Amino acid sequence: MKAQPARASAAAAKLLAGPLTECVACIREGAAIPADMVSASFDRADEVGAGKDALNIFISTDREGATESAKQLTAHLGRAEPLGNLAGVPVALKDNIATLGMPTTCGSRILEGYVSPYEATVVRRLRANGAVIVGKTNMDEFAMGSSTENSAYGPTRNPVDIRRVPGGSSGGSAAAVAAGIVRLALGSETGGSVRQPASFCGVVGVKPTYGRVSRYGLVAFGSSLDQVGVLGRTVEDASIGMEVISGCDPLDSTSADVPVPRYELEKNAGLKGLVIGKPREYFPDGLDPRIAQECERALDAYRELGATVRDVSLPHTSYSIPVYYIIAPAEASSNLARFDGVRYGLRVLSERGLNGMYEETRARGFGPEVTRRVLLGTYVLSAGYYDAYYKKAQAVRTLIAQDFRDVFASGVDVLFTPTTPTPAFELGAVKDAYEMYLSDIFTASANLAGVPAMSVPIGDAAGLPIGGQIIAPHFGESVMFRAAFGLERALAGNFVPGEQDA
Amino acid sequence: MAVTREDVVKVAKLANIAIDETRLDSLALELNAILGHMDELRKVDTARVQTAEGLGSGGQRLRADYGPPDGLASAPATFAPETRDGFVLVPRLATHEGSPERAP
Amino acid sequence: MTAVTEREYEMVVGLEVHVQLKTRTKAFCSCSADFGAPPNTNVCPVCLALPGALPVLNHHAVELAVRAAIALECKVHETSVFARKNYFYPDLPKGYQISQYDKPLAEKGWLTIGELENKTPVRVGITRVHMEEDAGKSVHDRYNGVTAIDLNRAGVPLIEIVSEPDMRSSAEAGAYLRLIKQILSYAGVSDVSMEEGSLRVDANVSARLRGATKLGTKTEIKNVNSFSAVERALDSEFTRQVALLKSGGTVSQQTMLWDGARGETRPSRSKEESHDYRYFPEPDLPPLALDAEWIARVGREIPELPDARRKRLVDEYKITPPDAELLTSSAGFSEYFEAVARASLDPKGAVNWVMGEVSAAVNAAGVHLDEFAVRPADLAELLRMLRDDVVSHTAAKRIFARMVETGKPPVQVAAEEGLQKVDDDSALAGWIDEVLAENPSEAARYRAGETKLQGVLVGLVMKKSKGSADPKKVNQLLPERARGPS
Repeated sequence: MKAQPARASAAAAKLLAGPLTECVACIREGAAIPADMVSASFDRADEVGAGKDALNIFISTDREGATESAKQLTAHLGRAEPLGNLAGVPVALKDNIATLGMPTTCGSRILEGYVSPYEATVVRRLRANGAVIVGKTNMDEFAMGSSTENSAYGPTRNPVDIRRVPGGSSGGSAAAVAAGIVRLALGSETGGSVRQPASFCGVVGVKPTYGRVSRYGLVAFGSSLDQVGVLGRTVEDASIGMEVISGCDPLDSTSADVPVPRYELEKNAGLKGLVIGKPREYFPDGLDPRIAQECERALDAYRELGATVRDVSLPHTSYSIPVYYIIAPAEASSNLARFDGVRYGLRVLSERGLNGMYEETRARGFGPEVTRRVLLGTYVLSAGYYDAYYKKAQAVRTLIAQDFRDVFASGVDVLFTPTTPTPAFELGAVKDAYEMYLSDIFTASANLAGVPAMSVPIGDAAGLPIGGQIIAPHFGESVMFRAAFGLERALAGNFVPGEQDA
Repeated sequence: MAVTREDVVKVAKLANIAIDETRLDSLALELNAILGHMDELRKVDTARVQTAEGLGSGGQRLRADYGPPDGLASAPATFAPETRDGFVLVPRLATHEGSPERAP
Repeated sequence: MTAVTEREYEMVVGLEVHVQLKTRTKAFCSCSADFGAPPNTNVCPVCLALPGALPVLNHHAVELAVRAAIALECKVHETSVFARKNYFYPDLPKGYQISQYDKPLAEKGWLTIGELENKTPVRVGITRVHMEEDAGKSVHDRYNGVTAIDLNRAGVPLIEIVSEPDMRSSAEAGAYLRLIKQILSYAGVSDVSMEEGSLRVDANVSARLRGATKLGTKTEIKNVNSFSAVERALDSEFTRQVALLKSGGTVSQQTMLWDGARGETRPSRSKEESHDYRYFPEPDLPPLALDAEWIARVGREIPELPDARRKRLVDEYKITPPDAELLTSSAGFSEYFEAVARASLDPKGAVNWVMGEVSAAVNAAGVHLDEFAVRPADLAELLRMLRDDVVSHTAAKRIFARMVETGKPPVQVAAEEGLQKVDDDSALAGWIDEVLAENPSEAARYRAGETKLQGVLVGLVMKKSKGSADPKKVNQLLPERARGPS
């Protein structure tokens, strides 16, 4: 980020570090001005070293544009229509969400410098609610990865421990929130890409029900799995962000026409009588003991709050990763066909005419993991293999979804599991592709089933954040947030992310 | 069903990605390693499974037959790699190499 | 020379017809589906396949597709599924076409050809009708060394109608195509114009020995741009296949392009690249669920189809079946006819004028019947003037010609041009005297008793009066005037 002369007021910096509701209230009352919030955000980015040579959180930032939007908001103050629920709140967007005025690269060379001529529905909703977009965050190329090491623009580092990865693929967004640059960021999920980095960075990460949030403008990876999600400092912040971006969109045929509840009303709902399922498949014998221990503590907290913890089983869980790594690459191989050098993005000419242009553009534009997955996806869809792989995977996916339906039908309100099998690992530590895929072992099933799930910080292992996952039935976000609010309050003081340098 | 070097060549052709000769064998190995884990799925009995097409039932929502479409902030000529007279240009297909040209 | 050879062999034809649906907007986005806009102006994030854009299906496209399927006697499925057909082509923006694959909109229809041609009726099965989107346009010959892409057409809604291999000659294929065109035009589904590209045909053809039950290897002929070209291409390709088989060769399954100028098919040069389309269900679109009651309602609301109309015209207007057939070959002409017949109360006259003058004038002007200057009410008025002897037949044709040029009503044209019948004796006498004076030798021979010259002289008078003279009166007056005023 460019160094800028104007330093934000200490008041704005304090608001940036505090709850969203406070910031929005101050701006509505005129006690704070949006432009100062933008300055505070950029100052904080400088302070924590968000730049390319350190944390490398952003692929692009737009201080001028953000300041301009902030000034327009100020001009709107006092007019008839009230400012929205995110008035003056600086927000960061994962770089696979189409945004006007800033590049949308998906962490890929093939879209280097590409500026979308239209805007994603979620971004329109954010702006309509007064949010100010400060930058586009780093990510694994086309969201394929679990560490943000697969970005064409270099890896992002974890603000908690700079030697470690922030998780992925929404690593930049998780790091931006963890480092206190923004209170709220959007990420995207296909197999855990919001929850896993949230867990690694010690923030809250939410993946909504498939169809709850519009995908229009989210660059597709695995269309039947993709959802936009939010990363926030607290459950409340995340619930506010989630509410703003949720709702049916006529531009997305897969978005659901289901009313959006007021999630933050769950804040004080209490957990008495809630039945929490503890699926045994998510607590295998080999689970990292530090993670197992923190999860048990969380479950104890639930019991103390008056909830019942029940042992349950989701028998097809172990097939999630194989199913996921067939379906997601298959869909990706088709979704990424549009990056052909014809209408936008990178074009590499070759002596071999049009076909040469296709092949060279895509060879140079895609990194090794994207290439690997496109080839894998093409293979599993190709003649002779479709039934054995793609069709089989869809059938097993149906069984995985049925597991969730069965367990929720049995009287369980939400499930509680670890978010990840390990805490954040060091950069370069995981070299084998499949070993990296196993980072999604506890998260991919929710994407396959389409159910909502979120990660909440529940503790730490020698300073490394650990997340607990809450999974709810389809369109059961309210009960999911209720369980999350309760857990957050019960565990308050045990681990506050970013506190060490806030 | 092991992935061969020839399979990688075929699939790369379908996906239109140029693969360096020297990468073919290692890619075949990598794909085999990944697909090896996928073979787990054969253990699952799915004979009676009715695959749901797409998530969320209730069918597809349709739109009315009128515009305008979602707009473009700038015309294709501003983001396409090469354009002329509003057309997007690409190298001519090999199959049309012999096509006559109109006077420019 | 081929006749003998081909007698031993039988042609087997199946057709794939792509028809553009008559919607205002595209299949999956709200861009205008109109032709003729400057390149790449009817485009949006969806049909340009910009990163992140998603398809939303056009309700009216579904309705028209269902209407077509019902008109073709198909069973419309309450659930059908869109699929992606994956291949790279520069005018296919997404790198896949949204189509339908193993769960199409409708299946198992049929239609009967041969009735119109007075031949043995042949029932042709319709395998399936499915919805899909069109690609853009690649222009290869506009600029040096490059292909120019226009995506205005990308995403326009189509149906593909796949027939069973039930046709046995190029003539049957032609009859099938004409009937499909007629039915879809009546149903209001499409403009069905091969010239404008709203109807496109791929023909699958194979040859087998007569009596054989197994189908031969087929080839697919593309690039055919008229119905007669389809027939010629089939004959040419059949001849080629038979020659191959007779010489002990085998037909290889491939795509052939029709070269109209040379009158021959040749193998497509496009590499067949194993054609592995990797179909899979389109995850951006949930299954298309259609309510049985809605399907039934669409069926009930289909406008009258040609078969029904033919029968009704014979019953209602007492015209002959061949006339009814001619009239119903186009929905527009039969509607025009009905309007004229009702207003003039002269169905016979209406048939003759609509199939004669109107049809010729519309063709000559190269316009759509809707845009034709002479409206049915005006033509009916002209027919009434004829019947009431206000104008002569010759004059009526002249009046019609002026109506075509000016769009004015016939009464006005007749008045302006002085084409109403003149039966005023003095005017007629003047014209007759002039003719006799200008043709002294004929006049002399006539006076001398050569009465067969009467017709010639009457004709000259008619000509002089520009058709307005009442010929009956001229015939009466001529002998009297020839005798002279003396």
